[in-house]
Amino acid sequence: MTDKKSLPRKILGVIGLVVFLIMVIFPFYWLIITSIKNPADVSLMPTELWPSRFSLEFYENVFVNHHLQTYLLNSVIVALGAMFTTIVVGFPAAYAFVRINFKFKKFMQNFILVANMFPIIAIVTPMFIIFRNLHLINTRLGLIIPSVITTLPMAIWTLIAFIKTLPYDLEEAAQIDGCNRVQSVFRIILPLTAPGIFTTAIIAFITAWNEFMFALVLVTKDARRTVPVAISMFPGQFTVPWGDMAAASVVATVPIVIVVLICQKKIVSGLTSGAVKG
Amino acid sequence: MCKMKTGMKKMSREKRDNIIGYSLIAPSLILLIAIGIVPILITVSYSFQYRVLTDPLNTHFVGFENYITLFKSETFLEVLRNTAVFTVLSMVFQLIVGFAGALLMNGAKRFVGIIRTAVLIPWAIPGIIIAYMFSFMFNDQLGVMNQLFQTANIISSPVAWLTDRTWAMVVVVLADTWKQFPYIALMLLAGLQTIPKELYESAAVDGAGRISKFFRITLPNLKGVILIILLFRTMGAIRIFDIIFGITGGGPANSTATLLYQAYKYLFGDMNFGLGSALSTIITILILACSIIYIKVLKTDD
Repeated sequence: MTDKKSLPRKILGVIGLVVFLIMVIFPFYWLIITSIKNPADVSLMPTELWPSRFSLEFYENVFVNHHLQTYLLNSVIVALGAMFTTIVVGFPAAYAFVRINFKFKKFMQNFILVANMFPIIAIVTPMFIIFRNLHLINTRLGLIIPSVITTLPMAIWTLIAFIKTLPYDLEEAAQIDGCNRVQSVFRIILPLTAPGIFTTAIIAFITAWNEFMFALVLVTKDARRTVPVAISMFPGQFTVPWGDMAAASVVATVPIVIVVLICQKKIVSGLTSGAVKG
Repeated sequence: MCKMKTGMKKMSREKRDNIIGYSLIAPSLILLIAIGIVPILITVSYSFQYRVLTDPLNTHFVGFENYITLFKSETFLEVLRNTAVFTVLSMVFQLIVGFAGALLMNGAKRFVGIIRTAVLIPWAIPGIIIAYMFSFMFNDQLGVMNQLFQTANIISSPVAWLTDRTWAMVVVVLADTWKQFPYIALMLLAGLQTIPKELYESAAVDGAGRISKFFRITLPNLKGVILIILLFRTMGAIRIFDIIFGITGGGPANSTATLLYQAYKYLFGDMNFGLGSALSTIITILILACSIIYIKVLKTDD
């Protein structure tokens, strides 16, 4: 690839870039714009690509009439619960996969890879019946437990990739200095993997936050719904409150998008390392 | 701690490593078996039963009857075809857009930060919200797409996208593409960056043009990554749920219902756990087959 590009090629590249960015951003732009439109303008046709007047009425609606705060609290608790369980359980496993040679290690690693693909539809039905008997339907714990299956395998792979980048010499040096293995893990590996753990935690949190099928089936009581399921229940039989749904969607996604934008570099490396490297 | 250490020294290193290794992975292993393997096995056992939630006292073993009912039904063929169409269409769309994204990121070094940021937005948004965004944009009366396409003279009158069998499928594919292509673009970008620059330089000496370079160097070198993407997306297409649930609910006339969506309808629409479990078992077998190929590919990739 030559460095000196002709002017038409440069222009073509910029146009490509702009079209690409518009495609990526437009649906999200439209969501935000709809949410801050005046309710009377949402059904206006032709619609305004840039609203002539703004209003926060939809936001007021979702908190006052739809009780979005209840669903947000449920989502936060479930996602945090799944995230903590995932890290606490997944970190030792990832460490073992990188540093210790045990029997059937390769097989176990492959099992975790397959577990990442398990179809939720084949899990949710028995879980529904079992949880009904255990009175875990309509509880937050009853959502945290199954969410882990969507977050843990990916987390282990991401953590493996991070731990692999740490030189083993450090641990050995610590062990020579009189630390035992457990101490060396806590004093050396854990602080060094902190960025990796942080990234993995964010990915796990978002995955759990976005989880839909478990949250749809295992919760039948409105007050226990998570945000994604609650939003999907907004439409009535004959009308769809597009503006309310847009506002609720913005509330549910903007905080996450901001976190993602702040940590984008790390998340990208975490996502791709977990997926491509075996 | 000291005591344990001397005690452990008596064991062979191999045995000690096995014990430490397994006690560290045990919590993960137990969890994944308890909430993954065990429920799947129960689903398989349900698939051999007459099990209808509204008729609980009548549950009994029926052998392969659910599978026979399934294979004989027209619905099965229909959803199988829908799944195949969805898989192929979304794969083509996503690879094209993903490639465009990857090449743009690879070329425009200055903008890589902006693009990477933009590209992560769809990944972070729940599928059901993406479904809502697209069904609003493609709404026949209030949708912005009808207006944009009319302004651009692509269509002359508003189209009822979501009540048309073909267009409904296209909109579902578009929504899934929007969600998935960032991931594909990033994987392709990672692959692009491993191709040595010398290959392009020596091809340039041979007088190869841009297009021939793409087919002779870029594509063959990305073979491994593309294969993995194809497998990932096949599994993704089989597993897709929230986007279909939110945009079409499988309609119109079951034209966007995939295998998994139909299984959901049997299970939680008809409350027919036997039939739904049989379909879920078939889905599990498909996924398992893909995963085994995936693992084989990774092995040869190393």
